[in-house]
Amino acid sequence: MSDVLDRGAVEIARAVAARETSALDLTEAALARAHQRDGAVGAYLAITDEVAREHARRVDARLAQGARLPLAGVPVAIKDNMCLAGTRTTAGSKMLGNWVAPYTATAVQRLLDAGAIPIGKANLDEFAMGSSCENSALGVTRNPWDLARVPGGSSGGSVAAVASGTATFALGSDTGGSIREPAAFCGVVGFKPTYGRVSRYGLIAFASSLDQIGPIAKSVEDAALVYETIAGVDAADATTVARPVETARGALRDDLAGVRVGIVREFDLAHLDPEVRAVYEQAYRDLEKLGAELVEVALPTADYGVATYYLIAPAECSSNLARFDGMRYGLRVEAADVGATYEATRAAGFGDEVKRRILIGTYALSSGYYDAYYVRAQKARTLIALDFRTAFERCDVIACPAASSPAFEFNAKSDPVSMYLMDYYTIPMSLAGLPSLSVPCGYVTPEGGRTPLPLGLELTTPLFAEAALLGIAHAYEVGTRHAQKQAPPALEAAR
Amino acid sequence: MPTGEIDVPYVAKLARLALSPTEIQRFGAQLGALLEHVEALQKLPIEDVAATAQVIPSVNVLRDDVAQPSLPREVVLEAAPQRQGSYFRVPQILGEPG
Repeated sequence: MSDVLDRGAVEIARAVAARETSALDLTEAALARAHQRDGAVGAYLAITDEVAREHARRVDARLAQGARLPLAGVPVAIKDNMCLAGTRTTAGSKMLGNWVAPYTATAVQRLLDAGAIPIGKANLDEFAMGSSCENSALGVTRNPWDLARVPGGSSGGSVAAVASGTATFALGSDTGGSIREPAAFCGVVGFKPTYGRVSRYGLIAFASSLDQIGPIAKSVEDAALVYETIAGVDAADATTVARPVETARGALRDDLAGVRVGIVREFDLAHLDPEVRAVYEQAYRDLEKLGAELVEVALPTADYGVATYYLIAPAECSSNLARFDGMRYGLRVEAADVGATYEATRAAGFGDEVKRRILIGTYALSSGYYDAYYVRAQKARTLIALDFRTAFERCDVIACPAASSPAFEFNAKSDPVSMYLMDYYTIPMSLAGLPSLSVPCGYVTPEGGRTPLPLGLELTTPLFAEAALLGIAHAYEVGTRHAQKQAPPALEAAR
Repeated sequence: MPTGEIDVPYVAKLARLALSPTEIQRFGAQLGALLEHVEALQKLPIEDVAATAQVIPSVNVLRDDVAQPSLPREVVLEAAPQRQGSYFRVPQILGEPG
């Protein structure tokens, strides 16, 4: 059974649909594995044994009735900012520490309808605010490649679950890099579709003009299958785009003949450590070897991405998180009167990073500062989006690092701005709403480090060009096979 | 762009966040560092640029005015910090303190 679990989602669904194993037997094996392995990694805030078994029985019954289920029996980890009815959904916050979701997020529901089995709810930075998963108020997640290092964030639990083999794939959410940076840190594929492709209904809101749900998987093919399953218009989210979702798996290709890959002039690799730089230079050469033509493109305003993002995202966060007032759900801390109750509840319920972002956002939106900060950032966002549009006149896809370094050690980024700069390479794409993914591209062993750590190549295409993006990423993946060259030591030990 | 210190207690009041004196000091310094970083936006020529609220063209989405089932009252009240019968129980909002 264990060897079935080591296969990809496409293979597992085929085996279950062919009744080589029942969904229930496979789920029992997956749960046993999750309990056995997750102690060291801490990917999950909750392993949902009973919910998983219930869905597995349902999948077996539906298959017996002849249903065709593209994700039959496939174990999935769900980032704990997405609602799954009847399970605690915490957003990694004390504010929602005991909140049981009364409904299910659309993206999660579509996975369940396709036969996927929810193994557990994955840890995250509180309300998805962070780049290391260290901001979770409810648990510590470690990088399966080196337990002394962070898994990245905010979807740290989701990537750690996939990297340690306790889930075949996971759902993450990405606002400024929260799928791509952790995917790079843990050596898995992390894909953020175009803004509006996947319904946000049931995703606990952080910054609504940027938040997007996407798959984290061991291969581009699996990511494509999950993407096809969750994407598409949803009446419950008016920002989803009424536009057909092309079959991404049909666009998977093995070479890059005729593909123009844009290398961004402003993303000078000379700023990186020499070893990291060598990996990316090799990645660009590999793209060329696969038939791509490398062209230089300019993104002159990309350097302003972090500054722009850290006004827009906190502004939206301060507005979205105003709903946590201790009245109808979540934590309440009683105080002298209603105003004091709000203030005491929010003081006790939110962690430092969330408070910082609420404060900066409230400030940027406050009277006298709105035009100077918030509107200026929105205008900068326009320029960043225009830069990409111009760049894509000369290329089909942009390639760059997903992060400037491999995973760092716990407590290594104690000042907030240095943590914010971890998203330097992912934020501009988010501000422009573009589909973007990280695919493993090599390994470095940092000075004093014990084991090799993975790096991720970020690939980005124009709006709605997900099929082309996945196709290109697949060609790079099968042409280089970096994910097959190494495995996380935590996983090796478990075998 | 205005510079200088953030009046943290004032902003915290707007945000309905109770902060301790140490938090006011710590957040003040950290937010100051962030404002220094975003100061870079001053250099961008943005005067004639339109603001982007959201990157995907969006239109009003209307649905037929037909009643839909909503969440069951019991399930929702189950999550309430305090309830009284079929209502949320909240601190007094209007009138003299009782």
